[in-house]
Amino acid sequence: MAAPGYVTLGERMSVALAWLFQGITQSPAYRWLRKRGMRGRALVVAVPSLWLLLFFVVPFLIVLKISFAETAYSVPPYTPLIDWSGEQVLALKLYLSNYAFLLEDPLYFNAYVNSVKVAAISTILCLLIGYPMAYGIARASPAWRNVLLMMIILPFWTSFLLRVYAWIGMLRTDGVINDILLFIGIIDQPLVMLQTDIAVYIGIVYSYLPFMVLPLYANLEKMDLTLLEAAADLGSRPAKAFLRITLPLSLPGIIAGCMLVFIPAVGEFVIPALLGGPDSLMIGRVLWDEFFANRDWPVASAVAIAMLLLLVVPIMIFQYMQGRQMAAHR
Amino acid sequence: MNPRRSFFVLTTLAFGFAFLYVPILLMIAFSFNAGKLTTVWAGFSTHWYAALLDNEQMLSATALSLRIAAMTATGAVILGTVAGLVLARFGRFKGRTLLSGMTTAPLVMPEVITGLSLLLLFVALANLVGWPARRGVSTITIAHITFAMAYVTVVVQSRLATFEDALEEAAMDLGARPAKVFFVITLPIILPAIVSGWLLAFTLSWDDLVIASFVSGPGSTTLPMLIFSKVRLGVTPEINALATLMVTIVTIGIVVAAVWMQRQERARQRDVQLAQAAN
Repeated sequence: MAAPGYVTLGERMSVALAWLFQGITQSPAYRWLRKRGMRGRALVVAVPSLWLLLFFVVPFLIVLKISFAETAYSVPPYTPLIDWSGEQVLALKLYLSNYAFLLEDPLYFNAYVNSVKVAAISTILCLLIGYPMAYGIARASPAWRNVLLMMIILPFWTSFLLRVYAWIGMLRTDGVINDILLFIGIIDQPLVMLQTDIAVYIGIVYSYLPFMVLPLYANLEKMDLTLLEAAADLGSRPAKAFLRITLPLSLPGIIAGCMLVFIPAVGEFVIPALLGGPDSLMIGRVLWDEFFANRDWPVASAVAIAMLLLLVVPIMIFQYMQGRQMAAHR
Repeated sequence: MNPRRSFFVLTTLAFGFAFLYVPILLMIAFSFNAGKLTTVWAGFSTHWYAALLDNEQMLSATALSLRIAAMTATGAVILGTVAGLVLARFGRFKGRTLLSGMTTAPLVMPEVITGLSLLLLFVALANLVGWPARRGVSTITIAHITFAMAYVTVVVQSRLATFEDALEEAAMDLGARPAKVFFVITLPIILPAIVSGWLLAFTLSWDDLVIASFVSGPGSTTLPMLIFSKVRLGVTPEINALATLMVTIVTIGIVVAAVWMQRQERARQRDVQLAQAAN
């Protein structure tokens, strides 16, 4: 690797860590574990698996459980499912009332439909803006490509909250956009944009655009350009070559990008809370209010479970694409 | 490329970047506005920066967020590197599908669901084993590690996937123990991924409002939580100043990191050429 006499800081650190590790493996505690059949490999697999089981899988089971409980004025504010009180008989009480409540009250159903609608439209807008951008970056010269890519990633590293907040100043009735439009004379009354669905669309597209551009870029950059040359040699017009070669080949990138935008957008809270109006209901906001304002944990859990049911298919598509992409690297 | 489509692509690129950057640039401009109204220019002033630095509440929330972000990044890098290594190098083993599912699902999981479910876990644990007795820094950090490690796993896994394991196998053949192979061969190779994974986890934690709001307790208000409560009351020029500071720091950091990584890459290529010339 490195030329003789040229040792990087990283290599020095690695050697130091190797010594530390050797010390651990020769310690009595480690020998004790090994004697009882714990092999190093199993331990390595176990550490992240156990963490994720405890802090990612088990919490969902608890949410599922509490969604079947009843609201109670206690700490925590829900009834236990398993009750030992009656005559040594284990009673399992499942209340479906929370789900019935979700079905009965049109507020929840409307919030669901509206969330899916807003997320779907935003995803399509992201794709329409993001695809040409990713295409332009992927076909730019290598020096430009790096600069443009960095400019896509840069907003991602700055605070999401503050970037959404920046749009409040843009969209207000006395905001920048209205000032410019009034000055040019296109309108003579300021437009109401803040606290409308339009503001929510702008906010989501603005915040999630990098998530669309990056997978599309990764896909378009790898594409075999000789295919397009072959198509041109055979007399295909560029537009046709794009539709029949580039677009189908970039489908995995399109799907990955759409899932990365759609799934989190369905449950988005910050953007509708800051930019949306009181009537632009989204399910993430309903869950938040149910939990923080109404302190109704069982209903909030039922909302979460219902949201997950909606997202299971998109999440599985995303996982499948992710797995295929990792396998394609080899 | 045909000139007409090229024109179309260039126009969207320009429009797209304008869309991404104009709001940020305007926010920076108005952070230097003397007036309290954020959209009427009343002369240049650094008044709001001074007000920001005087704000005790803001400073303590910043310190808290920095502390949580640093702990999160370190924890997420350790767990995420192990998970990425296992997924990229261990071949097939029992529970592989489960592990890979558990590391990709948090990437897209809506934050309200993650936040709610972790809070319910902490409440259940407190009832069951008495820990955590108080929610605060530790619960926020655990919650952040859990979703940030998914990102680190993906970064490390894709870095490992682009490298053949020939070097690792050679070291094994020469009698190195697996742990030694990892620390001496694998770790230096994936070091860039680990560094970017650390920074990514730091940013994710630093930025998070929703999950922290669910799992925090009284007295532990992170910076995003404070910003959110201020922003909800209306636009304040102080927040503009804060945003400007954050954008400046991040931009400098990213440019420095990009230049540094380019240098490292060049040094590596030069070494490879030297080694080939020596043979």
